[in-house]
Amino acid sequence: MLWKLFITFAKIGAFTFGGGYAMLSILQREIVEINHWATEDEMLDYYAIAQCTPGVIAVNTATFIGVKHRGVIGGIVATFGVVLPSIIIILIIAAFIKNFLEYEIVGHIFGGINAAVAALIVDAIISISKKSIVDKVCIALAVLSFIASVFFDVSPVIIVIGGAAVGLILKGRKRGAVK
Amino acid sequence: MIFLTLFLEFFKIGLFSVGGGLATIPFLQDLAGKYDWFDINMLGRMIAIAESTPGPVGINMATYAGFQAGHVYGMLGGIAGGFAATMGIVVPAIITITLISKAYRKFKENPLVENAFYGIRPVVTGMIASSGLLLLQQGLLNGAVPEYTAFAQWIGELWALVDIKAVILFAAVLVCIRKFKLHPIIFIAASGVIGALLSM
Repeated sequence: MLWKLFITFAKIGAFTFGGGYAMLSILQREIVEINHWATEDEMLDYYAIAQCTPGVIAVNTATFIGVKHRGVIGGIVATFGVVLPSIIIILIIAAFIKNFLEYEIVGHIFGGINAAVAALIVDAIISISKKSIVDKVCIALAVLSFIASVFFDVSPVIIVIGGAAVGLILKGRKRGAVK
Repeated sequence: MIFLTLFLEFFKIGLFSVGGGLATIPFLQDLAGKYDWFDINMLGRMIAIAESTPGPVGINMATYAGFQAGHVYGMLGGIAGGFAATMGIVVPAIITITLISKAYRKFKENPLVENAFYGIRPVVTGMIASSGLLLLQQGLLNGAVPEYTAFAQWIGELWALVDIKAVILFAAVLVCIRKFKLHPIIFIAASGVIGALLSM
């Protein structure tokens, strides 16, 4: 299980392009569908927490899933897995391929990869919306949060706190009857 | 001891940068002024490389910066520096997330926490959609979205930036992944090859 955690997160680290949420689609596939380490709802909770706590989002999510399954050791192993490909690739580039960005083929390869990553995130957003947006209030919250981060550059921490407050107030009036 | 300094400086970054990899940039600018590890020009290059290699951007930048700083002691120094900086940025996350994870499991069933997450999940979806917009711009346009002027003119400027090859590849990948549910890694690898072959 520890080995599986390590390998899975190394795979995620090696194929994360564009940082942050670009890896969602791979995480979704590996964590929710293949290994069943978390449900789709739990994944969203992890992103929310990862977004509001210090540190790199991919690392925070890896630690979260590792800790959930194998305690602290699991968290360390998963985290080490997600950063190892970065360390190897960056050290090779920094040491030997200083003019990495000047190779024309690098630009072409990334031209292709960026188009695919854009499609993957659209796919991930469609799947996530189906799970997270369950009524009209949710639609309003999602739209507001989208506008706040695109046009007003509002900090993610504030957006998440705002969402939590709305959830607490609206659902609290129904005396906490969620289920 | 440069490696200890590296570890501690990046530990601080890991502890205080909230909101993902790009949030580390202002901290790195600080480091560029404080030490002679790298200058602002080098930092720009490091960011460009961190963004166009696999792996989380924040980790890539830490490894690169650590290598650059340790490199004064030769290749091994660079490698040790890369490790020291990366460990520095990761350790605070391991500590905070381990604590939060315990609390999350304990309180997950609590109705108050459930109510809060009912509101949090859609706003996180909105934030993901907003970073999706950024990735769409990066993937499908040759350049940043132009400043808004008049509607017709703006649409024209935007249209001129659209990369047709990329849009076709984007549509093909989207249709395939919705229909066939193949592993995302397959699409990333194939698109890299297609990009190289078509000079995208």
